[in-house]
Amino acid sequence: MTQTATRAHPSPAAYWGIALFLAAVTALEISVPYTAALEPVKVPLLLVLGAIKFVTVVSFFMHLRYDKKLYRNLFMFGAIGVFPLFIVVLLSMHAFA
Amino acid sequence: MTSQAAPVEAHEHHDIRPVRKAAMWVFLGSECMFFGSMIATFLLYRNETGAGPGSEIFNVGFTSASSFVLLMSSLTMVLAHNAFEKRDARGTRIWLAATALLGITFIAGQIYEFTEFVNGGLTLSTSSFSGAFYMLTGFHGGHVAIGVMLLLAMFFLSTEGRLRDDGGLNVELVGLYWHFVDIIWIVIFTVVYLLQV
Repeated sequence: MTQTATRAHPSPAAYWGIALFLAAVTALEISVPYTAALEPVKVPLLLVLGAIKFVTVVSFFMHLRYDKKLYRNLFMFGAIGVFPLFIVVLLSMHAFA
Repeated sequence: MTSQAAPVEAHEHHDIRPVRKAAMWVFLGSECMFFGSMIATFLLYRNETGAGPGSEIFNVGFTSASSFVLLMSSLTMVLAHNAFEKRDARGTRIWLAATALLGITFIAGQIYEFTEFVNGGLTLSTSSFSGAFYMLTGFHGGHVAIGVMLLLAMFFLSTEGRLRDDGGLNVELVGLYWHFVDIIWIVIFTVVYLLQV
């Protein structure tokens, strides 16, 4: 298999399973702010749950897991590049002053 | 004199579909940066509410339902694409229409939410917080509205049997755009709503 080859996409049943998983993660996500015991870990937990949903949709629904590596690299350039941009925006607005 | 195979070779040589798809991924990557800068701005101004209301005005239960609707629209979109790949025209139409309907439901929810906020005293010019909030969620809503129009265009093209005019790439590109709108909302919902509770 070459670097640019693609693999077969999941079946409709697998898509329903992924959607069920996403729904479960969303339910967990919504319950976090209202669970007093999770208050100390609220922020990291919500960020991790959000990241899990993000990666799941990109990998399976957008087929990035099965598609050419070139597309993955092009998207990751923007998705990872957003973090330095994030810092630049905050610095330009004197967020850390 | 050229051989009969020449036109086929020429066609393969000039197949721009992979380029169009790569261009879509570049566009989506740049959109990450666009929304990233707006989210950074919102975070910076999240406590600059002035005399107006802040995040306590949010109805997280209602927005959770809207988020769920948009998340499920990603499922219907991928099922539309799956049906299209299997040359199931009826299935493609049904799932495209379902996705558009879920998108319209999300927009209707956002209009209702904005109306409630304005009635509660949170207008675009109330504070830095409100400006950053409406710009971020409003731009996202605009993206959803464009996505709905694209979905409806695909739906009507499918009724005329013209979806395969470009080898079916348009359905895939619209699907990518729609999933992107969903993943951006995943981030907005977490950062703007859940983290502010």
